Amino acid sequence: MSRLPEYDDLRDRAKAIKAHTLDNLDTYLEQFEANVIKAGGKVHWARDDVEAAQIIVEICKSVEAKTVTKGKSMIAEEIGLNAQLRKNGIEPIETDLGEYIIQLRDEPPSHIIAPAFHISKEQVAETFLEHHVEQSPDRDLSEPTSLVHEARQELRQKFLNADVGITGANVLVAQTGTGLIVTNEGNGDLTQSLPRVHIALSSIEKVVPTLEDADTILRLLARTATGQEMSVYTTFFSGAKRAGDLDGPSQFHMVMLDNRRSELLGGPLHDVLSCIRCGACINHCPIYAKVSGHAYGWVYPGPIGSILTPHFVGVDEAHLLPNACTMCGRCEEVCPVRIPLPKLLRTWRGRAYDAGHPGGLHRLGLNVWAWLAVRPALYRLVVRPAVVILKWLGKMRPYDLPSPQGSTFMDRYKRGER
Amino acid sequence: MIQKKPPKIGLFITCMVDLMRPSVGFAALRLLERAGAQVVVPDQQTCCGQPAYNSGDFSNTKIIARAVINAFEDFDHVIAPSGSCTGMIRMHYVDVFKDDEAWRLRAEKLAAKTFELTEYLAEHLDLSQNITTFEHTVAYHDSCTSRRELNVVDQPRKLMAAVGGLTLNELSDTETCCGFGGLFSIKFPDVSDAIAKTKIECVQDTKAEVLTGADLGCLVKQAGQLKKAGSKVRVFHIAEILAGMADGPGLADEGT
Repeated sequence: MSRLPEYDDLRDRAKAIKAHTLDNLDTYLEQFEANVIKAGGKVHWARDDVEAAQIIVEICKSVEAKTVTKGKSMIAEEIGLNAQLRKNGIEPIETDLGEYIIQLRDEPPSHIIAPAFHISKEQVAETFLEHHVEQSPDRDLSEPTSLVHEARQELRQKFLNADVGITGANVLVAQTGTGLIVTNEGNGDLTQSLPRVHIALSSIEKVVPTLEDADTILRLLARTATGQEMSVYTTFFSGAKRAGDLDGPSQFHMVMLDNRRSELLGGPLHDVLSCIRCGACINHCPIYAKVSGHAYGWVYPGPIGSILTPHFVGVDEAHLLPNACTMCGRCEEVCPVRIPLPKLLRTWRGRAYDAGHPGGLHRLGLNVWAWLAVRPALYRLVVRPAVVILKWLGKMRPYDLPSPQGSTFMDRYKRGER
Repeated sequence: MIQKKPPKIGLFITCMVDLMRPSVGFAALRLLERAGAQVVVPDQQTCCGQPAYNSGDFSNTKIIARAVINAFEDFDHVIAPSGSCTGMIRMHYVDVFKDDEAWRLRAEKLAAKTFELTEYLAEHLDLSQNITTFEHTVAYHDSCTSRRELNVVDQPRKLMAAVGGLTLNELSDTETCCGFGGLFSIKFPDVSDAIAKTKIECVQDTKAEVLTGADLGCLVKQAGQLKKAGSKVRVFHIAEILAGMADGPGLADEGT
């Protein structure tokens, strides 16, 4: 970050861009749609996951697609796209190396930027040996470069054969109807430019007004996601192939997912819509570092996931997530768009509490303690034996509960000790 | 010459100090008096309300916060030997009462005069000469609340620099949480322990003889894990070291 002295200014700018866009989201979405159409593309609005997957399946069917290549997309995970495609006889092929690996292993991603974060290179080699059966079983896959080389070999023909390419979009530009993706492997470019049809899948909060705004987001995105100044590839796409263009898809479809995001606008969780999905909060979360992505049980892990998941799956299902946090505040500190994540997590804790979580003894304990806390005289009577019990417990479990010194401070102070 | 009246300080003891380690309270008391204050420990205090607040129980939080405001609002300053309790009173009470104008104003006034112990001492103790001596190598744990909510990072280090014989061995990672997190450590003990384990490895890497910090919760957590790992590192609250009271058993030591 020392090489980017304007980092904090950029964050303020990005935050302001996001805030302004969200305040005028309808305007910018309409502008974006108009400009996509002008560029020869089609925009499809999807209210929810089911609708979005349906739209994409229909487009694929309309061009009799057998295989589709896919760039990395968390929205595709959110709408369960691969399962829907397969159900309709269409084979999805993940082209991001990490996504490709976990697709072979039939696992969900454990991180929004590094989906195969949880898999070692030895496990990748095993997976390749198992799945790439046409290759020599004696080949050496001990080095990462040989793994990458093999994946590239396997994917090359698939890129060329695919009927449809599906990508996500990191940012959408209202001014020009442009979407953009960042990748480090170039797979996104091959996915969107080789097949006849390009479907871009994104969500409504990814739009920004101008190319310059997109530039601000880009300067932050790679830095906070992977520590790079820029991703290796930054690809802009606007509409379909025009007369005179040498290449490009003959059809371009932009699928815009809401999936209850619009419900968050103007509410206590509004700021979460500023997220640019860089994964910085995940990378710096001490909880994530210990439990990894799958433990979060839904598409988005880490602090951002603990805010999004209860909204999508309900607080009864996900009440543990916002509580599984030490409130250390690191996520907010590293967030490039300054989302107050701990505050939003606490909002969920309040909603969870109101919905009866925690219940039982835990809740009773909290209430008894709170009741005592505003009755100091009684509180002191109760904590006296509590210290004795703590002392006893401390002997039983010294690592969890170091022993108290003895009587309470208040008792000793009242006895005149100084 | 008119003698300047000493500031009247309400010392917020914190429930953990009250229950677990009263010596921290006495150390704070001595240090504040040494800094020229008239210190009172209000009898009406119990806890700042963090357990309720962080559990999402905002109605009980309000009830407790009102009691704290009532007990402390007449002092010139309120000092707590804890970053998290200070953070609760200074940063969160205002939020707790965001829909209650009258109480919000009282919370704002209290927030403006509430300070964490080392923050206050670094400003008010005479540091031109040694405060005390402590012939040990020491590692310092920055609590997340001190560091991020209060921006108290330099102050404890300034104070430790004024302790004769004390050598500060900084942790290689001063920014990562120790895994305590209040009720988090009770609700998710395995995750809490796993985070703490990484932290105490970092503490042991410093080769310091003593671990200190300004938040008893973090120290209790790490003291337990250190003992579990068979470490000889002793753990004291920074107030105990500064007040010359770190000569007895440390946290989780035999004989506490």
